[in-house]
Amino acid sequence: MKKIFCVFISFVLIIGLMSGCGGSDSASSGDGNATGKNEEPVAVAFKLGGTGPLTGGAAIYGNAAKNGAQIAVEEINAQGGIQFELKYEDDEHDAEKAVNAYNKLKDWGIQISLGSVTSTPGVATSAETFSDRIFALTPSASATAVIEGKDNVYQMCFADPNQGSASAQYIVDKKLGTKIAVIYKNDDVYSKGIYNTFASKAKELNLEIVSTTTFTEDSQTDFSVQLANAKSNGADLIFLPMYYTPASLILQQAKSIGYAPKYFGVDGMDGILTLENFDTSLAEGVMLLTPFNADSTDERTVSFVKKYKELFNETPNQFAADGYDCVYAYKEALETAGCTPDMSAAEICEKMVEIFPDITFDGLTGEGVTWAATGEVSKSPKGMVIENGAYVGMD
Amino acid sequence: MTFLSFLISGLSLGSVYAIIALGYTMVYGIAKMLNFAHGDVIMVGAYVCFFATTRWDLPPTVGVLLAMVVCTVLGVLIERLAYKPLRSASSLAVIITAIGVSYFLQNAAQLLWTSNPKVFTSVVGNSLIKLFDGRLTISVIAIITITACIVIMAALTWFTGKTKMGKAMRACSEDKGAAQLMGIDVNFTISVTFAIGSALAAIAGVLLCSAYPTLMPTTGAMPGIKAFTAAVFGGIGSIPGAMIGGLLLGIIEIFGKGYISTQLSDAIVFAVLIITLLVKPAGLLGKQTTEKV
Repeated sequence: MKKIFCVFISFVLIIGLMSGCGGSDSASSGDGNATGKNEEPVAVAFKLGGTGPLTGGAAIYGNAAKNGAQIAVEEINAQGGIQFELKYEDDEHDAEKAVNAYNKLKDWGIQISLGSVTSTPGVATSAETFSDRIFALTPSASATAVIEGKDNVYQMCFADPNQGSASAQYIVDKKLGTKIAVIYKNDDVYSKGIYNTFASKAKELNLEIVSTTTFTEDSQTDFSVQLANAKSNGADLIFLPMYYTPASLILQQAKSIGYAPKYFGVDGMDGILTLENFDTSLAEGVMLLTPFNADSTDERTVSFVKKYKELFNETPNQFAADGYDCVYAYKEALETAGCTPDMSAAEICEKMVEIFPDITFDGLTGEGVTWAATGEVSKSPKGMVIENGAYVGMD
Repeated sequence: MTFLSFLISGLSLGSVYAIIALGYTMVYGIAKMLNFAHGDVIMVGAYVCFFATTRWDLPPTVGVLLAMVVCTVLGVLIERLAYKPLRSASSLAVIITAIGVSYFLQNAAQLLWTSNPKVFTSVVGNSLIKLFDGRLTISVIAIITITACIVIMAALTWFTGKTKMGKAMRACSEDKGAAQLMGIDVNFTISVTFAIGSALAAIAGVLLCSAYPTLMPTTGAMPGIKAFTAAVFGGIGSIPGAMIGGLLLGIIEIFGKGYISTQLSDAIVFAVLIITLLVKPAGLLGKQTTEKV
């Protein structure tokens, strides 16, 4: 009997450990998810590769970025001129698996990289691309650690600190709230990164934070305590630096305890309206920072959204738009630099490092986008508010 | 008042753990195996109910029944295909297989229904009961979950204690060989156990998603593990133990978050578990039996 209970206890501990190790709950094979059936190697093409969570709990982000990039590749290949061959490998939102996935891409002969979709794997793969001298432009790995100290790693999304301080600035400038509560996910580099810069900027601006509470990957169902804390401290605005899935639960649970503060989210909040069967009245008045609006009426966005819906049967989120923009930014940079697909990855990398700080790019996620030599994008976050189930610009 | 509202949050979270733990403990008590795929059967049940009520506009009761039927069939199938061939293998092999089934279900769900989260519409509405001038609110779902939990616990205790099938189940759990010699169909009995456990999983899934309405392929994974913890805490194999373990786990989690630290809540829960098991290795209500090896 004793033995059996030893087994029990060790299992409980092992499962606890496993679940503490981060987002991925699934262990499917990393192979077989690559696209590539749609690209016909008519002309010699640039081999463009990236890793992202195509399975597991964060799969929605990886698939969106991959699908967005795929649409861009198809469009560009159909135009003639520069040709791309796209391959995505699954990293399950896990740093170690991301490096394996990246090594697979290297065996395939990757010439330019789309980095990783999410931040935790992004930090791991960007170190590899840096030492291998392969140029990387990540659609959405927004942590600063991804680009820090690496001259050949660039971001398409705005960086976390930028979002944190921009949020605090917005709240003060627009006088949105005086007593702020923050709920963040403390086992997530994205959420924590934004929180840190938000907190320091808030201090600088004398914005009072009355309640700071956290949750983790394993406890993102019940938020009653966090909300009770915010409520009892009299917070009139809750800042939510997180993805929209836990945020939707927070909105619902706040309503059920009769608490109605204002909400301010960041780019991860984008997509909350696309949640299937979501009661959009819960999100009424929620403010967020986002670079992409699927309901926008400009021609390129409309055609992208239409194509995306046809192919993948869902509304694209900002990850898809970032993936799409990355491929177009590459097209522009490669054309400007005069690169050809027969060049080696290192040669292309040197050209890209030279050219990227000079180009100006117009994409779905921003007009007149430029990059600093550090790899940081100049895009400024746009404030949006949800009114009648649609995003409306705040400016 | 804060204390009361924390207590109620704890009870409603705990009742969800408890109802999942009942399925775990039931299967363990009879078949002597840890069915780690239980959490994922819950997820399948919730998806079936979601599609029935939201996509096909069926009434909630039909949705729940449909989910129970699908889960029962799924549970029996899993048992037949994955666990039955391993009946005489070591318990470790069965546990690994169960983990494999769990991953299989998660990834199959992702292929079938994509990883995009869906919002589950509560089958009993979202009404609230307000007490003390609205300073204290209790959700109807929490009350229904606790009631369902008590009813299921009582029914299971009666079933395993009084019915013929229940006797057969207890006989199998004690000694499969001897039970077979006495004319009990062991394979059939274990299949019935899985059928009941999986039907309970469907109910648990619907109640879980009614209380916390995000539905994704990984929805069942974490509550499944917490419920397993609850079952061990209460004494695995003991039906009232699962319920008490679940409720206590929920209350400790919420109080830990509310009064100590939101960062340490899981650490507190597991620390309490470890201390309990050190003092009472069979769990709170577990039977201390000596086993001849």
